[in-house]
Amino acid sequence: MIEVKNLEKSFKELHVLKGINETIHRGEKVVIIGPSGSGKSTFLRCLNRLEEPTSGEIWFEGQNIVDKRCDINKLRQKMGMVFQQFNLFSHLTVEENITLAPVKLKILSQEDARARAHELLERIGLADKASVYPSQLSGGQQQRIAIVRALAMNPDVMLFDEPTSALDPEMVGEVLSLMRKLAEDGMTMVVVTHEMGFAREVGTRVLFMDEGQIVEQNTPGEFFGNPQNPRLQDFLSKVL
Amino acid sequence: MPEFLVSLSQALYQNLVAKDRWLLLLQGLGNTLLIALGAILIGTVIGVVIALMRVSDNKLLQGIAKVYVTVIRGIPMVTQLMIFNFIIFAPVDMPKLMIATISFGVNSGAYCAEIFRAGIQGVPLGQKEAGRSLGLSKAQTMYLIVIPQAVKAVLPTYTNEFVVLIKETAVASYIALVDLTKASDMIRNATFNAWVPLLAAAAIYLCLTLGLSHLFARLERRLARSDRG
Repeated sequence: MIEVKNLEKSFKELHVLKGINETIHRGEKVVIIGPSGSGKSTFLRCLNRLEEPTSGEIWFEGQNIVDKRCDINKLRQKMGMVFQQFNLFSHLTVEENITLAPVKLKILSQEDARARAHELLERIGLADKASVYPSQLSGGQQQRIAIVRALAMNPDVMLFDEPTSALDPEMVGEVLSLMRKLAEDGMTMVVVTHEMGFAREVGTRVLFMDEGQIVEQNTPGEFFGNPQNPRLQDFLSKVL
Repeated sequence: MPEFLVSLSQALYQNLVAKDRWLLLLQGLGNTLLIALGAILIGTVIGVVIALMRVSDNKLLQGIAKVYVTVIRGIPMVTQLMIFNFIIFAPVDMPKLMIATISFGVNSGAYCAEIFRAGIQGVPLGQKEAGRSLGLSKAQTMYLIVIPQAVKAVLPTYTNEFVVLIKETAVASYIALVDLTKASDMIRNATFNAWVPLLAAAAIYLCLTLGLSHLFARLERRLARSDRG
């Protein structure tokens, strides 16, 4: 579904991604972990070109999205993204946040979008919050709505960029359990996170990134139970 | 009646009522309002265009916008007004009112542009990224997400620009245009009384600026609904 070939990214002198090759298949839940500054967020943000790759190819559903001729806006409709800081539109209500893109991109009519928004809000138990503004919600509620906003576009893959890192500890659980439900429903997911428990239980494959490269990857059982790379061993010994 | 009240009412009559002098003030006020209103409209349009040029990716557009803002803000308003009147529009027969409105508008445009630019750049980057990640185009993200938030953030400074502009129009008398200040000065010349006409003009300016500030403050409160925590 997503095929990354020789992906490189530099910010001026800083070489962040040093040749990444990776294939993500439909239905996989790929979890990316690694120390800060290892390039994992940059890698994720290259996948929908929020970060412009310096070189390399990224193939998504048969198109090279790095190619300037591709319609990146069209492709992004199929790639949902969830941010560390939620990024709900602060001037719009919860319902408007969810319906904005589907309506403006003419995917759903206003009524259908509203119905879909309510169905999604119902599913996460926040139907009563449809007409409030984001600033009136807790971080956990905001992040769950951000996830639902992305889902309203019916994406084929969901990208999560440290979705729980900005949350108070007692709100991490509600967001993770929504993500877990999403995984059970068969969504293809790429998740950058520090939540090792989530990686172990939900991930079908775990990648370890360090200094701009994927240095080890495996099934969660092997990855956590039998790490090979000394840097991964060192990292795990510190976080587990 | 005490004597000072008698002389006060006489002075008021002489300066404001006799020879329909209040009409002169009213005419001046009308011109002041026309210039300020026209100028804020022109200034807002220019400001939006220049601000969008400054935040665009095009280096040429950025450069043009930057030069415009730098030049206009670096020259006193009176000088600009005189350049417009005695040089740029000298060859054409154009009403002074229109010349003044255009030159105040061009001037205000530079200040509006800076206000709008700051507002647009003040919207957190994450808002833009969220819009783009949903598949909205750059333009859609701009007018559906960034600009509505920028408008709200910018309102207090933008209001202030309008208030400043109303006061600034007082220099229109440099090109012999009868605005509120000029009208009061003409009365002063005719009656040899400085107090009444100048204080009357001052009071009218104050009413205008206070009234507007109040009006915009109410608008702000309405727009601030989504900020309630």
